[in-house]
Amino acid sequence: MSDGEEAEERRPSRVARTGSFVDDRLGLARIARTTLRKVFPDHWSFLLGEVALYSFVVLLLTGTYLTFFFKPSQAETTYEGSYEALRGVEMTRAYRSAVELSFDVRAGLVMRQMHHWAALVFVAAMVVHLARVFFTGAFRRPRELNWIVGVTLLLLGIGNGFTGYSLLDDQLSGTGLRIAYSIVLSIPVIGTWITSLLFGGEFPGPDIIERFFVLHILVVPAMIIGLLVLHLSMVVHQKHTQFRGPGRREDNVVGERIWPTYAVKASGLFFLTTGVLAALGGLAQINPIWIYGPFEPSEVSAASQPDWYIGWLEGALRAMPAWEVRAFGFELPNPFFAGVLLPGLTFGLLYAWPFLEARFTKDRDEHHLLDRPRDRPMRTALGVATLAFYAVLFLAGGSDVLATEFGLSVNKLIWSIRVSLFVVPVAAGLVAHRLCRDLAARDAEPPDDPSERPPPGDAPVPVAIVDQEPEPDGQEPIAWPPPVAVSRTGLPPARPLGR
Amino acid sequence: MTPDPSRHARPATRQAYLGIVVALSLSILAGLGLAVVYATGGQAQLEGVLLAVSLLGIGVGLVIWAQRMLPDDEAEEARKPLGSEPEDVAAFTTELERGEEAIGSRRLIVGLITGGLGALGLALVFPIRSLGPRPGRGLFTTGMAPGRRLVTAEKEPVRPEDIPIAGVLTVWPEGHEDEADSSTLLIRVEDESLFTEPAKLEWTVGPVVAYSKLCTHTGCPVGLYEAEEHLLLCPCHQSTFEVLAGARPVFGPATRALPQLPLGVDDEGFLVATGEFEGPVGAGFWDRSR
Repeated sequence: MSDGEEAEERRPSRVARTGSFVDDRLGLARIARTTLRKVFPDHWSFLLGEVALYSFVVLLLTGTYLTFFFKPSQAETTYEGSYEALRGVEMTRAYRSAVELSFDVRAGLVMRQMHHWAALVFVAAMVVHLARVFFTGAFRRPRELNWIVGVTLLLLGIGNGFTGYSLLDDQLSGTGLRIAYSIVLSIPVIGTWITSLLFGGEFPGPDIIERFFVLHILVVPAMIIGLLVLHLSMVVHQKHTQFRGPGRREDNVVGERIWPTYAVKASGLFFLTTGVLAALGGLAQINPIWIYGPFEPSEVSAASQPDWYIGWLEGALRAMPAWEVRAFGFELPNPFFAGVLLPGLTFGLLYAWPFLEARFTKDRDEHHLLDRPRDRPMRTALGVATLAFYAVLFLAGGSDVLATEFGLSVNKLIWSIRVSLFVVPVAAGLVAHRLCRDLAARDAEPPDDPSERPPPGDAPVPVAIVDQEPEPDGQEPIAWPPPVAVSRTGLPPARPLGR
Repeated sequence: MTPDPSRHARPATRQAYLGIVVALSLSILAGLGLAVVYATGGQAQLEGVLLAVSLLGIGVGLVIWAQRMLPDDEAEEARKPLGSEPEDVAAFTTELERGEEAIGSRRLIVGLITGGLGALGLALVFPIRSLGPRPGRGLFTTGMAPGRRLVTAEKEPVRPEDIPIAGVLTVWPEGHEDEADSSTLLIRVEDESLFTEPAKLEWTVGPVVAYSKLCTHTGCPVGLYEAEEHLLLCPCHQSTFEVLAGARPVFGPATRALPQLPLGVDDEGFLVATGEFEGPVGAGFWDRSR
């Protein structure tokens, strides 16, 4: 410690010493430096995937805490905890432990509600991220594989959300499980076998909660983590796409270096996401299972709604006319169409889209510069129409609530939804197409006043998610401050959250 | 180390600096507050708010720092072609093929390995079978049997006159009160002359008729009864069944009537089942009609 000043100066910093220790053994300095200097294009819409990632981190952290207290068992027990209204009520240990961890474990309720909110935001961020990738054409060659990984992540996210809220064995989750059971049962030929193997017998099945628990906390999260690593590695390896702009070409990436600004900003976004989820978890009640009561197979309450990302399936089940196929003594029950065929087609088309589009457009070139939605009126119109279709289905999922709320007859409402399922997407697609054409035409005109353009290099870094559209002129995608009158319908509508 | 001359921190504006200091200070206070709240017994809303402030404080601080003070210069990186050089592809292909020849020339060994893996794969399918019983006839049967009394959730047997006029009662076969597929609705209408085809009149007891409570769409309990119109409503997907006419579906996605239960009365005047439901209850499946 009594080295002279000279020695003090020569002594390398602690960071350098640690770094040198690791590098001598693993030789990571070169790759680490490349990583620090990596360039990441800057646009608010590129942060949507990050929000999904950070929500998933919150899911892992809060979920781990919850597993310490939750007991995935269908064994019958009697509640004797601190919640008066349920005292003495017969219930499964799963439901009892969920109520207990809400009321009798300190910070348990906040953790449980944060976990549920994080799940809703996780899937929502993935859907909006997917819409961004779709509307900007970021799925085109060479990123088709990563699109496939992303769609799989969405599928797993939805699946794990469902297995998650099915664990608690309250009246609502039991109803959801019952519907899921009937949907699986409707699969031709093997439906009865799959339900029996999955549930361990006839509904309600003696093993379903234990099995969903293993899927929910181990199998599916492990798959999500693996695919997330793959997803991000591919982004790093292929380098991120960028919008058009001065100096931006197919063969370069223009943006911010990871170190230090981008890293600090991304960490900031992590804390902001987590903070918002904490606020929701503390203040916005979600899934109050103690009000629903324990699951009784012979009971059901009106206005049973699933979590938002299942809403479209629920809506499809409701809007489907009373059709079923019977032939040769066999039958294809009604829930098959809405519960198996529709999600099959939905995800089938999602997986196939990059290849379908390449076939339609005959464009099989590599693309690293993004499209603006208006530059591809046909794709944008199709995307808007698709979103409109699922938005109508989502509304159908709340038909009983809508009917009560607005004093309509459920019958009339369902019929208008059935009609809307065909009319609204077509109308929305036509409007979107028209808007794209108008905007593109406006772009073709020279800007009125060149002095309005901000000087180059003064690119603002928008992080707040404003309703910002790419701006006129085609050359300056991010260099324009968001104008006032940009809120048009052309943008993909974010799905409403929650129940 | 040669620092990039264009990369330099920007001078902090007073505002930005103040913002960061305030945000981080709030975060520290909230973090400490959270510890105190937790230690003194906890309170859900307060915990959420303090946790949020402590996290948001750090987040806001970091974002202002990055946006206002850290270097914001644009950097450029070249994008190298993703595909490999043709020579590399050719070299790889040659090596792969050379190995393939070496392996492929031993047909018998390759065949046996394939056979071994195939047999192992087949063997590994069987443990799946342990996950659940064979579906068998379970989906076709319930706890109903001739002469079995119908009892309420409190295990009380029911006489026809116990059901209020224009009322419903959920019952189970005695001894099978926990079976999800056996729950049954007893409905007493105003007058037995109201029943029409395809309701089986010989299966009713006066003005009382019994149907399976499970919706034929996705198996939800058909829990709502509109007495004036004699309609049963499923709250899940709004399928509607006409009680007077054999509970045939009149609206919604359900395609089949609720299976009717043959009703009778035993010596003591209590309602009993005189047999099974007229068909499998609940949601449909592939070989339901077999």
